[in-house]
Amino acid sequence: MSTTNIEILRIFIPFIILLIITGFYYILATRNLIRILLGVEIITKAALIAIIVAGYVTNNTPLAQSLTIIMIIIEVFVVAVAAGIIIQIYKRTGSVDARNIRNLRG
Amino acid sequence: MNLIFALLILLILAALMVVFSSRLLIAAISLAVTSIMVTLLMFWLNSPIAAVFELSICAGLITVIFITTISFVKPVEQEDLVENRKRRIKKYVALPVILIIVWFAVSFLIKPLVLALPAIAPETNVANVLWNLRQVDLLGQAIILLVGVFGIVVLFKEGQIDEHH
Repeated sequence: MSTTNIEILRIFIPFIILLIITGFYYILATRNLIRILLGVEIITKAALIAIIVAGYVTNNTPLAQSLTIIMIIIEVFVVAVAAGIIIQIYKRTGSVDARNIRNLRG
Repeated sequence: MNLIFALLILLILAALMVVFSSRLLIAAISLAVTSIMVTLLMFWLNSPIAAVFELSICAGLITVIFITTISFVKPVEQEDLVENRKRRIKKYVALPVILIIVWFAVSFLIKPLVLALPAIAPETNVANVLWNLRQVDLLGQAIILLVGVFGIVVLFKEGQIDEHH
């Protein structure tokens, strides 16, 4: 059982790292705010898989599942509030380009 | 094991589809496909409850939020789209190369590692863990939920005031 668990870990870890790199590259390369949010989502997916795999290989899936449930619900609120902010920015500046929101008015 | 490899490769391909698609709508739908792949992996890893949450919330609700947001934003013209596509491919062409190199490097580096796994006697019931063991997390979650609702209300209220002026 233990050896197969380590095999599973060896299969999953490179793919989790790839997913995180994809998300970071996307966030760094794009200037569209909606696409930045999509990049954050991709990184969150990588974190979710990492937690579930960690739970599986240590035979503690209930704890991993409860953490995942909490994370998913918080993720929804992050996306909802970020979407609200993006819509407000679009109403004010007429675009969703990150370069247009540099002029802070205090 | 082959099934897991196939699912993981499909997951990465869906994530790349999110990156490379020039239309935002297709990117959002690709993100839902990514979520579905994560769900299948979770089912395979003995986590059905988390998988159901992932499928219903990440593939359902978040996609709806994204599509609503995209529908608020001005659509791109057809000529812009072609121009965008060319620019995007130029901008992201390095990503698959980086991914392949990193995959080989990490797989090579991780092979000699001896990973010692802890032997623990875990709680077997998800509900017990969620409601008894992780009470502080639930409290934090409730606070974040309230803050989220407050934030959304404030954001949309501000919009209404702007329209009056």
